[in-house]
Amino acid sequence: MRVVSQPVRKKDAMALVTGKPVFMDDLAPKDCLIVKVLRSPHANANILSVKTDVALKVPGIEVIYTWEDVPQERFTMAGQTYPEPSPQDRLILDRHVRYVGDPVAIVAGENEACVDRALRLIKVEYEVLPAILDFHQAMDNPILVHPEDNWVVLCPVGADNQRNLCASDESHNGDVDAVLKDCDVVVEGTYHTKANQQAMMETFRTACYMDAYGRLNIFSSTQIVFHVRRILAKALGIPKSKIRVMKPRIGGGFGAKQTVVAEVFPAFVTWKTGKPSKMIFTREESQVASSPRHEMEVTVKVGAMKDGRIRAMDVYTLSNTGAYGEHGPTTVGLSGHKSIPLYGSLEAHRFAYDVVYTNVMSAGAYRGYGATQGIFAVESAVNELADRLGMDPVELREKNMVREGQVMPAYYGEQTNSCALDRCLERAASMIGWKDKHPCRDMGNGKVRSVGIAMAMQGSGIAAVDVGSATIKLNEDGSYTLLIAAADMGTGCDTILAQMAAECMECSVEDIAVLGADTDSSPYDSGSYASSTTYVTGKAVERACAQLKERILEVAGEMLETSAEKLVFAGDRVETLDQSASVSLAEVGFKSMVGNNHALQVTESNSSPLSPPPFMAGAVEIELDKETGHVEILDYAAVVDCGTVVNPNLARVQTEGGLAQGIGMTLYEDIQYDDKGRLRNNSFMQYKVPTRLDTGRMRVEFESSYEESGPFGAKSIGEIVINTPAPALAHAIFNATGLWFKELPITSEKIAMGILERSKNAEKTPF
Amino acid sequence: MKVKIVLNGKTREDEINSDQLLIDYVRSHGCYSVKRGCETSNCGLCTVFLDGKPILSCSLLTARADGHRVETLEGLQKEAEEFGAFVADQGAEQCGFCNPGMIMNAIALFRENPDPSEEEIKEYLAGNLCRCSGYEGQLRAIKQFLEYRRRGGESCE
Ligand code: FES
Ligand code: FES
Repeated sequence: MRVVSQPVRKKDAMALVTGKPVFMDDLAPKDCLIVKVLRSPHANANILSVKTDVALKVPGIEVIYTWEDVPQERFTMAGQTYPEPSPQDRLILDRHVRYVGDPVAIVAGENEACVDRALRLIKVEYEVLPAILDFHQAMDNPILVHPEDNWVVLCPVGADNQRNLCASDESHNGDVDAVLKDCDVVVEGTYHTKANQQAMMETFRTACYMDAYGRLNIFSSTQIVFHVRRILAKALGIPKSKIRVMKPRIGGGFGAKQTVVAEVFPAFVTWKTGKPSKMIFTREESQVASSPRHEMEVTVKVGAMKDGRIRAMDVYTLSNTGAYGEHGPTTVGLSGHKSIPLYGSLEAHRFAYDVVYTNVMSAGAYRGYGATQGIFAVESAVNELADRLGMDPVELREKNMVREGQVMPAYYGEQTNSCALDRCLERAASMIGWKDKHPCRDMGNGKVRSVGIAMAMQGSGIAAVDVGSATIKLNEDGSYTLLIAAADMGTGCDTILAQMAAECMECSVEDIAVLGADTDSSPYDSGSYASSTTYVTGKAVERACAQLKERILEVAGEMLETSAEKLVFAGDRVETLDQSASVSLAEVGFKSMVGNNHALQVTESNSSPLSPPPFMAGAVEIELDKETGHVEILDYAAVVDCGTVVNPNLARVQTEGGLAQGIGMTLYEDIQYDDKGRLRNNSFMQYKVPTRLDTGRMRVEFESSYEESGPFGAKSIGEIVINTPAPALAHAIFNATGLWFKELPITSEKIAMGILERSKNAEKTPF
Repeated sequence: MKVKIVLNGKTREDEINSDQLLIDYVRSHGCYSVKRGCETSNCGLCTVFLDGKPILSCSLLTARADGHRVETLEGLQKEAEEFGAFVADQGAEQCGFCNPGMIMNAIALFRENPDPSEEEIKEYLAGNLCRCSGYEGQLRAIKQFLEYRRRGGESCE
């Protein structure tokens, strides 16, 4: 292929590296009201009164809103296709505040200083209620996070607000109890992952203004313009037709911006006052009042025979959705559906879960979306199984892993039509030097070098739900404009989709201008999440291009006074089959603007009945200091099967970025609440995002399969890449210390304490 | 209060609030490359030069820059383009929000130490967080740029 599979530079690259003003706050109207919210200091409380009279007198204050001023119909902030599985459990401002950070009042004023002053002068009287801070205590607790009558859930997800349940379900294949009983060895473990923050460098932010038609314009750093429009219409109680949503460049998303975190507040202010406004979250707000990963506790039982045949897997997940249910019912599903199917050898499996409400910050969507949590558990359990069986973990996987052509009962019965997992594993093991280095080498200076390994999968879009669309039009100079509503959040999808269009239209990437996303001018697209853009929207691009070519042939046919069947599209021109006559594409473009009846613009949509999983294997070598517990990553070998690699540079950097986030989650990024429900890790001082000194060397390779249903054979890559570090590192740490760590993060302190404790115990019971 | 600052080569006199931070001053003068990623001096996104030395503009009062030279990426476009092209060729710019700060600091590194080792590069840029790239692409870009310069600016392809 000419353009697809080439390491094309990102179309916005030079603007970004030279610091051009392309982000929301660089482009927002300059006379915006500054919007901030007063946040609850209590984890669970009823508001008895809010006194705003003094605050309103601060010079420059435009308006202050409290729970009495907002619509009373509940909505969800989750950016999902309607009807959202997430319960409708939010109000813009609620009389009942459910976590430390829940909004109590909205303040808008001329500048930050006056708004900050007004925030300090609002007097709130609370009736403080007991809170649920431990998610083990949530189910059937007499304290209810959502006791209200107007809580509703639009889908049958097993939710029950009278039991603090946001979702609950069970699915199985075969008799897992019977098979486990029949196994020689059963390994069981419970694995705990925290509510990690996406920590994209650009915090949540939105600007709003009214346009000439009296419509509310939302200019937001979001992955989901169309969902934002629908959610805001419901939250504000106004028609969708009154709202337009646009996004500029986005300073990172990772799923955080798949929830309507910032938009409602300035939207409400601008709709009410008619004045432009903007809200920019501080880093502290982004840490304490946003949409992080769901904290999960995943219990795995895996049963095998002495010869290494893995026969059964039983997974139960308890997920903490926090105070609101955004993405609660859906993330949990991936903890089983995208971990269990890694093993094609299973005779039986069971997967059950409960998702509970608690009085901590609501969770949301974060890259990996539950699969990360489930894969940490399942892959750790399999590594432990290898140890118990005395088998090499790579060999154990080779015996049992899913292969191309297999049906995956735990993955909605889908078949793996494209799967190079076997090649990924083999390659990752050989890159790291598995045979020589497994399990460890004592370096003789208090340090141990060891290796660890894990496999992973994800999906490519949400099957039969996600819609991707593309509009492509020919311009008068023979160039094209591609309109999309998929959101490039740094991932490079503008470029990747342009590469596909350029491949189809036989032109260069420079000939394709990309515009998106804007609910008024872009065709409908669910948005960029669930690893959908390349696979789902990419196919729409392919289709739109095919249609446009036909239209171009029609116009050219009229120009050449022949029929379209006698013509061929040749990139920069259309010519007759015998090449005796031709018109240039620019001539066709120009003709489309003079006495023409065929629009040289096509829109196509695509939704796939399948969500073909990408696969990967990750192998890590570490050096562990037995004294301090410090883990240094020496080498990380990652091999990915994302189907056809559309842009090797962008796919590589996606992988490296995902690995770094996974490493952060595994070793450093902690979430700690105090006994009042206040989050301690509320800044980059307390929440340690890895620096370039922490991530170590990474080597990324691709072992491609070919996915028939994807554009040019492509699947997805955005999310899967975060899934291997936790189990691979936990494995390497075990190989260095003999200790299994089942709770993240595995900090050096925990490792050092673990080693110390074990040596103490050994002293107590000599021999 | 009044301040006189040479911003990207232009002398400006402004009436400012005494508690204004330099990051807000430069952004109010259209230097939008300067970004804010935190409130705790941890991210490096706000890096600018004060008298040619990289500093965090989120942690300096504008008043302290009175009588000094301040440079942002807007004033270093040629260098930004030259080095930035190598970042672009790795696809390492991803969302790009962290890039101006990282590129400012990289330029400072290249001026201070034209031939840094891998360790020196990592140490020097340790305060520049990036959540997208995993840093490896940035490192490749820096190494290739240094190689290109060693060859007197010819392409290393
Ligand atoms: S804004 Fe984070 S260090 Fe200045
Ligand atoms: S490129 Fe997004 S934070 Fe560095």
